[in-house]
Amino acid sequence: MIRVVLPAHLQNLARVHDEVTIEIEGRATLRQVLDALEARYPVLRGTIRDHVSLKRRPFVRFFACEEDWSHESPDAALPEAVTSGAEPLFIVGAIAGG
Amino acid sequence: MSGVRVLVGTRKGAFVLTSDGKRNRWDVSGPHFGGWEMYHVKGSPVNPDRVYASQSSGWHGQIIQRSDDGGKTWQPVDNKFVYDGDAGTHQWYDGTPHPWEFKRVWHLEPSLTEADTVYAGVEDAAMFRSTDGGQSWHELSGLRKHGSGPSWQPGAGGLCLHTIVLDPRNPERLFIAISAAGAFRTDDGGKSWKPINRGLSSQYIPNPTAEVGHCVHRIAMHPSRSNVLFMQKHWDVMRTDDGGESWREVSGNLPTDFGFVIDVHAHEPETIYVVPIKSDSEHYPPDGKLRVFRSRTGGNEWEALTRGLPDRDCYVNVLRDAMAVDSLDPCGVYFGTTGGQVYASSDAGDNWGPIVRDLPPVLSVEVQTLR
Repeated sequence: MIRVVLPAHLQNLARVHDEVTIEIEGRATLRQVLDALEARYPVLRGTIRDHVSLKRRPFVRFFACEEDWSHESPDAALPEAVTSGAEPLFIVGAIAGG
Repeated sequence: MSGVRVLVGTRKGAFVLTSDGKRNRWDVSGPHFGGWEMYHVKGSPVNPDRVYASQSSGWHGQIIQRSDDGGKTWQPVDNKFVYDGDAGTHQWYDGTPHPWEFKRVWHLEPSLTEADTVYAGVEDAAMFRSTDGGQSWHELSGLRKHGSGPSWQPGAGGLCLHTIVLDPRNPERLFIAISAAGAFRTDDGGKSWKPINRGLSSQYIPNPTAEVGHCVHRIAMHPSRSNVLFMQKHWDVMRTDDGGESWREVSGNLPTDFGFVIDVHAHEPETIYVVPIKSDSEHYPPDGKLRVFRSRTGGNEWEALTRGLPDRDCYVNVLRDAMAVDSLDPCGVYFGTTGGQVYASSDAGDNWGPIVRDLPPVLSVEVQTLR
């Protein structure tokens, strides 16, 4: 079980509260988590990464185990603590705007 | 019992203002989608309960919302706007080629005949259409590919297709406007397009009378006369009587002919409204007085409408999609400001008052007349 914490605007959009959980077998990658997240909540498509290129939107960041995973390959295996559910994957809106 | 529903898009959410036919007392609901930029909210003329909304943010991009109960509840629909084929390039601010990139939906124009058909004007400038209530979007790419696309250059607000006017007499004919490319018309339902900018003169482009490159801010039409269009350009208020084949200036005695909004009285095709703004570098009313100007002669002769509007220390702007009229009698006129006020007149502009004063900056105002 992988725990994902969405930013507040996306929680509202997906109509969820707090964490959402995703089931993925084995050592999941960020791409697998986002694929599963978007399959479960289609409204999130295009809001975290581009529809076509699947690149992370510029003002979105991925944090896990107190490290910034935003610039890692989406096919890199996430930390064991995340894939085991001990630590959540944070999807964060950058500090910006007014 | 008749009534009106005013749909307000703001920088931080959407608001729905409702009143009965007297338009004295208002109920305010919202913010809907709090914290999101709501560029435009507009209802279907076929089914007033069907409302489309453009929701966007710098963080999470574009969402399209649809309501089937007049804005009480909403469902997100498809938000995938993908250009048809190789997107190509347009000009960037510095004159270099820049890839066409989707940024947001500026304007949603529901069909006059089909509640499930809606057009979307987007940035970077393109026209999309959905025929399934927003469940999927397809580009009408004949516009972007008609020939001049690579030379289009963004205005200060981006390369946006912000105005869509549907011809009620001919479903194959549509008018659109792009900042800063100009006005275009299709006569075949969006397959092919032609620029319709003859008569416009813009000193800010190398050839002031070029076929494209004009910063058209807004176009308005009275439904009974689809060959007559009124335009608020970057500077100049213009009019055409031949469906855009030729334009002539009707700024007349306006204190300044810069502005964003323009609209037409619901029952008097020669009565039009603008809100003059001081200049392209000073986006507020001249002399600190917020005034709507009305012409009852289709332009040239204008009168200031001041009753109930701030007459001092007012430095707000009225953005291009932020004026609308209802079709009650007398005609109601509405506009929203960047200061968060929505003003209404229930007597065609003679007297004004605020419905709300303290919303976030208003991006768009649309009105549904409910019968």
